[in-house]
Amino acid sequence: MTENAQRRTTSGGDQFIGKAVDRVDGPRKVTGTAPYAYEIAEGPPPAYGYILGAAIAKGRILKIDAELAERAPGVLYVMTHLNAPRQQEFGPAVTPAVREVFTRARPVLRGDHVHFYDQPVGLVVAETFEAARAAAALIKIRYQETAGDFGLEEHLAAAYAPKRTNAGFETDSAVGDFETAFAEAEVRIDVSYRTPYQHHNPMEPHATLAIWQGDDVTIHTSAQTLSNFRAGLAATLGVPVERVRVVSRYIGGGFGSKLIVHADSVFAALAARILKRPVKITLTRQQMFANAGHRAEMLQQVRLGARADGRLIALGHDVWSATARVEEFCEQTAVFARSLYAASNRLTRHRLVPVDLNRGEWMRSPGEAPGMLALECAMDELAEHLDLDPIELRIRNEPDQDPERRVPFSTRNLVACMQEGARRFDWGRRSPEPGRLREGRKLVGIGMAAAIRPNYIGAAAAWVRIDAEGQVTARLDMTDIGTGTYTILTQIAADTLGVPLAAVAIELGDSRFPLTAGSGGSWGAASAGTALLRACEALKEKILAAARVHGAPVRNAADVSMAAGAVRFGNRAEDLKDVLRRVAPEGLDARGSVEAGAGTEAYQAFSQHSYGAHFAEVSVDCDTGEIRARRLLAVIDAGRILNTKTARSQILGGMTWGLGAALMEKTVLDGRYGRFVNHDLAEYHIPVNGDVPDLDVVFLEENDDKANPLGAKGLGELGVCGAGAAIANAVYNATGVRVREFPLTLDKLLPGLTAFVL
Amino acid sequence: MQPFTYQRSEDVAGAVAAVAGRPAARFISGGTNLLDLMKLDIERPQHLVDISRLPLDRVEPTEEGGLHIGAQVRNSDLAADPGVRSRYPVLSQALLAGASGQIRNKASTGGNLLQRTRCPYFYDSNMPCNKREPGAGCAALRGFNRMHAVIGASDSCIAVHPSDMAVAMAVLDARVETVSPGGETRSIPLGDLYLLPGTTADQETVLAHGEMITGVTLPPPPAGRQVYRKVRDRASYAFALVSVAAIIETSGNRVRSARVAIGGVAPKPWRAPEVESRLAGSALSDQDLSEAAEAALPEAVGHGGNDFKIRLAKRTVRYTLAAAAELV
Repeated sequence: MTENAQRRTTSGGDQFIGKAVDRVDGPRKVTGTAPYAYEIAEGPPPAYGYILGAAIAKGRILKIDAELAERAPGVLYVMTHLNAPRQQEFGPAVTPAVREVFTRARPVLRGDHVHFYDQPVGLVVAETFEAARAAAALIKIRYQETAGDFGLEEHLAAAYAPKRTNAGFETDSAVGDFETAFAEAEVRIDVSYRTPYQHHNPMEPHATLAIWQGDDVTIHTSAQTLSNFRAGLAATLGVPVERVRVVSRYIGGGFGSKLIVHADSVFAALAARILKRPVKITLTRQQMFANAGHRAEMLQQVRLGARADGRLIALGHDVWSATARVEEFCEQTAVFARSLYAASNRLTRHRLVPVDLNRGEWMRSPGEAPGMLALECAMDELAEHLDLDPIELRIRNEPDQDPERRVPFSTRNLVACMQEGARRFDWGRRSPEPGRLREGRKLVGIGMAAAIRPNYIGAAAAWVRIDAEGQVTARLDMTDIGTGTYTILTQIAADTLGVPLAAVAIELGDSRFPLTAGSGGSWGAASAGTALLRACEALKEKILAAARVHGAPVRNAADVSMAAGAVRFGNRAEDLKDVLRRVAPEGLDARGSVEAGAGTEAYQAFSQHSYGAHFAEVSVDCDTGEIRARRLLAVIDAGRILNTKTARSQILGGMTWGLGAALMEKTVLDGRYGRFVNHDLAEYHIPVNGDVPDLDVVFLEENDDKANPLGAKGLGELGVCGAGAAIANAVYNATGVRVREFPLTLDKLLPGLTAFVL
Repeated sequence: MQPFTYQRSEDVAGAVAAVAGRPAARFISGGTNLLDLMKLDIERPQHLVDISRLPLDRVEPTEEGGLHIGAQVRNSDLAADPGVRSRYPVLSQALLAGASGQIRNKASTGGNLLQRTRCPYFYDSNMPCNKREPGAGCAALRGFNRMHAVIGASDSCIAVHPSDMAVAMAVLDARVETVSPGGETRSIPLGDLYLLPGTTADQETVLAHGEMITGVTLPPPPAGRQVYRKVRDRASYAFALVSVAAIIETSGNRVRSARVAIGGVAPKPWRAPEVESRLAGSALSDQDLSEAAEAALPEAVGHGGNDFKIRLAKRTVRYTLAAAAELV
């Protein structure tokens, strides 16, 4: 059940925004009529490509023999580094500017060096996918293998400080004198947590159909942010960006793995140009483990120094993360800790250890997802040490302003989230002493954790048109990666223009449309939504202006207004369509936009985050150590909720991600071969339906007027933040066994578990 | 996947002859395992003989009071069969603990028995694997072996047999019926169907090329309560870390007889005679059950990542026996 527990502010007159409106693309999704990239049937019949991956993790290709493949049935073309078309060079491991990581050239088959296992070393294009794959197996390659570095902890001595973290945050932060304050603290917690490699695994794999017409190429693909993707592909191909059109109308999940150009798109564009024929390429599920990004393995040390009353005086969060030697990626794992709790002496640091893998990428809730597993579990360890309720400990450390930036919060209802959650979850049932609650042969535990996630807004523009029949069409290069963007934009347009939902057609996912920041960082709704809101407001002004000129004479212009499908002239109301037919028979259009938040006063002067509190109840089998979640609750403060149904779905998905991170998800890296071992969905475990228990989401709504005109804040990734830590804390509460290496699998718990007598 | 030809066979003799006549021919039924392996170039048959429509799809009582299960009975149908549910509940429970609903709808009884290991190194043709390529070595032995065998394995291969169904059949003393290319039939005790890897990890069963499983015969159910307990990393769609099929017959506060088979620990379903013999005639007490469970897998050795399985198996045996005896 979802409800809005406290609706402190309401936006007057909205008929659709804030309601549980069904997904407008739902019928197309469930009837299979929403085509995904690999299903697009457009242009002449395509040829199919298959990418051949390297069998070693590091070294050189000495000889490559593709003769058998070239002669295999149905084969049209074989590409290796020996005949690969010219592309722009890749460049340094770190781009000069933050954004360039998204737009830089990402060429394939550049020379004979192998930098990571399963790196593309060839492409076979054939009449069918099966023929291409069969032929790829005939390519013979002789390698000269060299030893690579893969383990994080064996190479800590090679750790270095990057110039910045992902998203441009400072690598380190320091306030006061952490070391001295920590050394002098009455109570100290100094614990290290380990989090493993993880892979996004969106249901839809990375896939591309490339169609050239002259010097112009259309790329049907699965991309989250079209403008960046387009720039990256154009840079790779060395063609003007205007020559590239990117289309992604439906996307089967991205989770950050579809922000940059991957090999499927580059290969498809190159091969289609050579063959003068459309080419389709998809990564297989196995190939996605090396070629579509991952979250890196990390070691985190959390040091908390507190007074006997629980007030923190020292907060330290150090992160060591693996990074690819070829391209740096520093997840901002400790950045959230700069804003979460008060402490006058603070230290956060990020260090990287180079390994011979493909680059890491942005994986859902980058930073908070692994970081909060460590800090929020450490907070529970401190609470137990102090014999203090975990919620009370967090309340005692609630800051009155951003503790490092020293600016006020735009809004912050973390304490209210925790208190509301405690009430709803029956927190009093939790035993402060672990291992006390037992049902049959199950140990039962309850835990919680806080959630925090920065709020962003990216530059976005929208175009909207209304025709004489009152039908509204809006266009943005925004994407809907399964989040509900089509739906919330429909709601915003319908409410702003006073038309029914059915009168609005939202067109997304085409790079010919006005530029937006796309889907990423949970900023899509606020950015694209604000741009569309402004476009609709501008359009409304145009309608009113036309009505004033051509409409019935009224005493003053302010007497002309628009609401609920009608234009009011003083006391007289006229149907909007009748007015439009009369005053704008050709229809009217308008644009609206929003600038990136980072440089604006509202973001400089305020610390903007969304917040939440996660609660979990788990059972642990005393005989086998099997952990199962029983019920989860998230109480969410993310400003104004635009659609309670799609917002709830976002949080449910996030909580399920948290469940996976806590109990299951781990990509195993075999350090002898530099290879991810469990590279399919049978062996890389994510929660299945049977693992997902009773989930509950509650929104504590508040219109954040500093965030954007909609009052909404980033939501999607917040569901992950802290969710896993709440589960881990519940496991500890159930068993009294603290496992500091994620995921918490039964083999780690078993040595500490006594099976009850029968 | 390599190109292959395909034929659908109409009768058993024709199917057997079609495979026997070509060294690179294979039977295919549900294809839930074979097709995956073909896509990955691990299985490379040149010819497939589809036996899924052969008239081997019935579950029938035998004259001896047991049950005959046609090799083409789907896993879902077998799990739902009223006779199986009432008289062989351990088999129904094991089937439902395996795979997913979709896979069970496709998978056949014979195919389930012959499914191949899920060792990830077997699944990647770039990795050394004696099962795929005799003499290449075993990457799992000193690699990621959390899922691997603790008993019955060798230095050449530590893969486990992944079936749940076979564990229940092992505890039920099932026999596997086959027909050979020459038309001879044989009835093989399930425990003898599988070969231990030794130095020939590529040889997994005693079946000859072209020999086809036509069915499985269960003797009349033994007295006692039956329970299947699968321990896994998530609630569904995960292979067993350890599973236990147990049947225990009690009389008052004594055990009359017990049978135990353990899955997820060996290259085949592993009966635990040490446990069974200790329990026969023992007291029905925590101490006796615990001591009997401790006797399980006497020669087990871990390989690092799977050391925990030995402890886990003993704990699970104890619990499953207790559950079958209705002590918990």
